[in-house]
Amino acid sequence: MSVRQNLLAAACAAMVAFAVSPASSQVLRYANQGELKSLDPYTLKETTTIAHHAHVYEGLVGRDKDLKIVPALAESWETLDPLHWRFHLRKGVKFHNGDPFTADDVLFSADRVRANGSNFLSNVPADAKFVKVDDYTVDVMLASPNPILTSQWDSWYIMDKKWCQEHDAVAPTPASATTPSYAALHENGTGPFTIESHQPGVKTVFKAFPGWWGKPEHNLKEIVFTPIASDATRVAALLSGEVDVVEPVPIQDIQRVNSSGIATVMNAPELRTIFIGMDQSRDELLYSSVKGKNPFKDVRVREAFYKAIDVDLIKTRVMRGLSTPSALMIAPQFYALSKDFTRPKTDVDAAKKLLAEAGYADGFEITMDCPNDRYVNDAAICQAVVGMLARIGIKVDLLAQPKAQYFAKVLKPGGYKTSLFLLGWTPATGDSHNVLHDILGCRDDAKDPTRGEANLGGYCNKELDALTDKILVESDTAKRDQMIKQAFEISLKDWAYIPLHQQSLSWGVSKKVKLTQRADNQVLLYWASKQEE
Amino acid sequence: MSDAVVPQKAESAAPAAASAVGWLERLLQSDLLYSFRRSRLTMLAAAVTLLFFLAAIFAPLIAVQNPFDPAQLQLMNSRIAPLWTADGQSPFLLGTDEQGRDMLSAILYGLRISLIVGLLGVAFSGALGILLGLVAGYVGGAVDSLIMRIADVQLTFPAILIALLVNGIAKSVFSNRLDAVSMLGVLVLAIGLSFWVQYARTVRGSVLVEKNKDYVAAAQLIGLPAPVIMLRHVLPNTMGPIMVIATINLALAIITEATLSFLGSGMPDTMPSLGTLIRIGNNYLFAGEWWIVAFPGIALAALILSINLLGDWLRDALNPKLR
Repeated sequence: MSVRQNLLAAACAAMVAFAVSPASSQVLRYANQGELKSLDPYTLKETTTIAHHAHVYEGLVGRDKDLKIVPALAESWETLDPLHWRFHLRKGVKFHNGDPFTADDVLFSADRVRANGSNFLSNVPADAKFVKVDDYTVDVMLASPNPILTSQWDSWYIMDKKWCQEHDAVAPTPASATTPSYAALHENGTGPFTIESHQPGVKTVFKAFPGWWGKPEHNLKEIVFTPIASDATRVAALLSGEVDVVEPVPIQDIQRVNSSGIATVMNAPELRTIFIGMDQSRDELLYSSVKGKNPFKDVRVREAFYKAIDVDLIKTRVMRGLSTPSALMIAPQFYALSKDFTRPKTDVDAAKKLLAEAGYADGFEITMDCPNDRYVNDAAICQAVVGMLARIGIKVDLLAQPKAQYFAKVLKPGGYKTSLFLLGWTPATGDSHNVLHDILGCRDDAKDPTRGEANLGGYCNKELDALTDKILVESDTAKRDQMIKQAFEISLKDWAYIPLHQQSLSWGVSKKVKLTQRADNQVLLYWASKQEE
Repeated sequence: MSDAVVPQKAESAAPAAASAVGWLERLLQSDLLYSFRRSRLTMLAAAVTLLFFLAAIFAPLIAVQNPFDPAQLQLMNSRIAPLWTADGQSPFLLGTDEQGRDMLSAILYGLRISLIVGLLGVAFSGALGILLGLVAGYVGGAVDSLIMRIADVQLTFPAILIALLVNGIAKSVFSNRLDAVSMLGVLVLAIGLSFWVQYARTVRGSVLVEKNKDYVAAAQLIGLPAPVIMLRHVLPNTMGPIMVIATINLALAIITEATLSFLGSGMPDTMPSLGTLIRIGNNYLFAGEWWIVAFPGIALAALILSINLLGDWLRDALNPKLR
């Protein structure tokens, strides 16, 4: 082929490319049931919030459409030895305000994400030392080997050191903060979108960032995000064309959306496990009629609660069949030996007997915390649980609130202020270790302060913790799976938590929009394309 | 208006003299009853209102379950259609919601909450408004100016906004830890504080007219203390317009409670009022489960309409210009 032919072909290709995807021009409107409260990427470790942030911030690594770890701000990395990792940073990357991205920003972000008030402490090991080799090379020195070091780094976003210092935002904004910091209201990331305006709870406008280092896989110039808490209103907005994407479509409306001809529902099993937790760490419950002692310290009470709750009924009645009851605190997709576990049967009589044996024949009163805009039918599940517990004599006062208030109260920054709660968890690493460490690990480990970070119930078993530490460094998969099995068996024997089910992803998407649905339920619109109007 | 209350005036000066028989006689001969009998619509409205009150009072006897008791709800019975449709099941006449709550029972018990909040709210705002109005009108001067300017300022806000504000403050004071019963108290407080202005202004107006009349001067001459004159002599002569406001405000208070609950800052889902039921049902409106929202909505509308009709009739009946 001659040079001229080559040129001609290239020109043709360019023309075709132009015809197919004209310069980003579309406005995509997206509604979620919950609001985006803080723009500070270290405030709230919650999938929806992380996904919002993913449009403007990036980590050293990212995850692709199949959840595989891929390079992002780090172009490549290598392990020089098990305790020594080296990251080669991408060159020529600019933050949205024009500041260049360098190793200093990585070091700064590593400090900030592990500072007081951050909700992402366990994403980066506390004892890892970050060393700047040159402007584009960072070494990480570990105290103990960690083969899955980068597995949570896709949600550890890199912030601009200079910008944070200029705006008095060096300290992370805690979720319980009442006055937002500068970083909570503004962003300065490296991601494919910038935030043009942000009114918490009202509207957030994202604009495509022309200076992004990557190649856009979308044709959008703008994303308008509005929280719509009411299920009916959200669905109506989708069907009237007022918004293009909604998450979630309430399960009672899936059929209607699918038959509308305007939008479809993208369904897939989600990897999130919904569970109920009980405060078993305090000597006296914060919100209960039992004084001077904590009934949940008695394993029989925990077993009684477990056995009183009928997950199959919740599946058929509340979830309309769109849930998978779970015996474990992790989805079967994440753990090969899940099928070895079966859920103990619901048994109200046995539960009553256990309560009587524990000295609570007449039951007791307790307050349950529940989000009402976070998980699929969360408040309805909680109400169903209240009814089931009433049958064994437990009078539950249900406090269902929007997730912003709920998380500020029950999570670590709020002081774990709950006695009984409903929570959902997707291990960000895609691995059981995360569940064993973050949810089932002891909270007061002096050597590892991030252990049990999301252990709102305060369950603690040193034997399980020892196993967890071994699991982290074990590289033989079969052996590792057996150890995980042992660890889960310990937690089941202790009735540590009450796993309910894995919910189903349920995104409502206009027929004009093509979208990639990732199994971790992050709505990532930088993979969206919208047809011409 | 003073014409209409002249006969009452003589009576109120010596209330002890009126015997029960005298009362009944006067009632039967009164203009009020006459105009009531003349209006079919008013009679219908009164009947419907009475029916709602009776239903609320005897709810535990009529309802098939206590919807406030989670132990009585069976999740198995959730989302059953009304009895007359193909999927209906006995004993759920109006169907059930997503928690297996019988809609009829939920409406009856929700009606109780709505009426309790409405009546207590009206009583509270009435007491507050009458007291402030009496003092403002009778004392006058700086006190009058102060109270009335506060009232003016409050009138510039919509009542629902004040109610939301009171509600929000109460919730943050109790750091979000409110059980259903104290929530009821907060609602009464919120509604009371949003509706007192109308009473205060009306009472003050009447007091200004009354206080220059001879019977007040006479009472002052025999040395009665001001509070006694205000309560025993002036107040009874201002009751006519207050009754009208109270009736119309009852409907407004019920609507305000329903609105607060619909917005999610009123009664919790576990102890629903009519507004809460409508909010819950709203989520199922598009899913074809219309009965969850329709029946509480109809009940609320019928209640408000009949109370309003009664209020309108009372206003016209007590207005001498319309006779």
